Amino acid sequence: MSGIGLTLRQVRYENLAFWRNPAAAFFTFVFPLLFMVIFNVLFGGGEDGGRFFTPAIIVFSVITATFTNIAMSLTMARDEGILKRIRGTPLPAWAYLGGRILHAAGVALLLVVIVAAFGAVFYGVPVPWAQLPALLVTLLLGAATFCALGLAVSAFVPNADAAPAVVNAAILPLLFISNVFFPLQNAPEWINVVSEIFPVRHFADAMLRIYDVNTLGAGFSNGDLAVMAIWGVIGLFVAARFFSWEPRH
Amino acid sequence: MPAAPDAVRVRGLRKAYGAVEAVRGVDLTVRTGEVFALLGPNGAGKTSTVEILEGYRDRDAGEVSVLGIDPRSRDARLQQRIGIVLQATGLNHYLSVRETVGMFAGYYPAPRDPDEVIGLVGLAELADRRITRLSGGERRRLDLAVALVGDPELLFMDEPTTGFDPSARRQAWEVLRGLARLGKTILLTTHYMDEAQELADRVAVIHAGQIVAEGTPQSLGGRAMARSTVRFSLADGADLPDRFGARRLPAGYELETDSTTRLLHELTSWALSANVELVGLEVNPPSLEDVYLELTREASAA
Repeated sequence: MSGIGLTLRQVRYENLAFWRNPAAAFFTFVFPLLFMVIFNVLFGGGEDGGRFFTPAIIVFSVITATFTNIAMSLTMARDEGILKRIRGTPLPAWAYLGGRILHAAGVALLLVVIVAAFGAVFYGVPVPWAQLPALLVTLLLGAATFCALGLAVSAFVPNADAAPAVVNAAILPLLFISNVFFPLQNAPEWINVVSEIFPVRHFADAMLRIYDVNTLGAGFSNGDLAVMAIWGVIGLFVAARFFSWEPRH
Repeated sequence: MPAAPDAVRVRGLRKAYGAVEAVRGVDLTVRTGEVFALLGPNGAGKTSTVEILEGYRDRDAGEVSVLGIDPRSRDARLQQRIGIVLQATGLNHYLSVRETVGMFAGYYPAPRDPDEVIGLVGLAELADRRITRLSGGERRRLDLAVALVGDPELLFMDEPTTGFDPSARRQAWEVLRGLARLGKTILLTTHYMDEAQELADRVAVIHAGQIVAEGTPQSLGGRAMARSTVRFSLADGADLPDRFGARRLPAGYELETDSTTRLLHELTSWALSANVELVGLEVNPPSLEDVYLELTREASAA
């Protein structure tokens, strides 16, 4: 079977298993919507709130469906010996990991559609069709970057029990300081400086710009995309160097 | 006719984890088509040795050839020809038995029919059951099915029946004997002596990272093998003379000897002259377990 065939076949099995755990699947999709409603009630409300939180929760959705999901599920698969067993078969490593990554990206995409539709219907935030190419490129780059970072982080999670704590510790503070959970306009300058080092902020800013009604033109944020791409490449290198197929003892 | 090349050939294998030397100069040869058991207590270096052969672990020194390929190369052509049953490996719980075996079949160039393999390990009636709902023994059989579906020439099994109840063990042994009849080469590790005795054509005993004995289950240990155990009991009131040096059991006596014929002669002579019956007289050659305990004890003392 060709390499792509092997990868797609793996996606199919991942997907089969994903929907067989309905509680997990349900909350994967409901969780971001729940956040969207709560944040709108607390911080925004009305059209302005929706205009901020629709792109912000899109970013949050992509990050949970890729980074958080991959880092946690791979750590668990590693601890259960699933990865070790795969490693003993002729299936190439990239075909297995590629299958998991593509599935995660697919879930992320579905979530984006749901969040965008939710924002359009309940908060009157129009889908930025004029910036569609920028939207797709930003989403794809965001998904790729946070998949790579998820792989990288899984290499440093000591065991499955520690996975939620470590992964949340890596991502939650960034979500708070990166224009995702609430707008940063009144934040102290040092918060801005710190958050601009990391990719979450750039993903959020790029997406906010696409959703900003004042944006004219294509809506590409080249600087933000470049920072995300650099982080993605760093993630890949770290994963290639430190990724482990066996439980850490 | 030239002999078939050896399935596994290991010379001077060494592996250390930090300061701990797990494998200290192991030589092994597994011939094509035989069932070979690597026998040893926990921590003896069995798993380290086998995982180097499987390509999971690199070695510090020594030569290793598995089906003519160095597993260090992680050549996919080797992985295509071997099957691996590890001690603790997981599967995606949400897939069924048939889906799981089918998924693994797709990884190999010339797999066996998944349903046939599922039948072979005795899971035909559970083929549509999800893994979450399998018992421990059923999962272990699924492990075997997953290892077999690629139609391997060489099967590695790390403690294949650990945790099985007696009937599940017998079933697993039957499956393994069937595989051996098909001409598969099997390298299994175990700390059950009876398993090695039942299944293996040849056995190597590993202790503290070194092979301390090797041979057929019958011949293993040489001198230790000549020692047998004699047990019997006496009717009420009768006592065995002290000169026999017998050990008292709750119900009778036990004697160990290197010269069975002489002991039996002396024992029965005494019994006839004293007019007592040796009730339930039995003579047992040493089990592989006795040999093994003896060998590992000697190795520890050395």
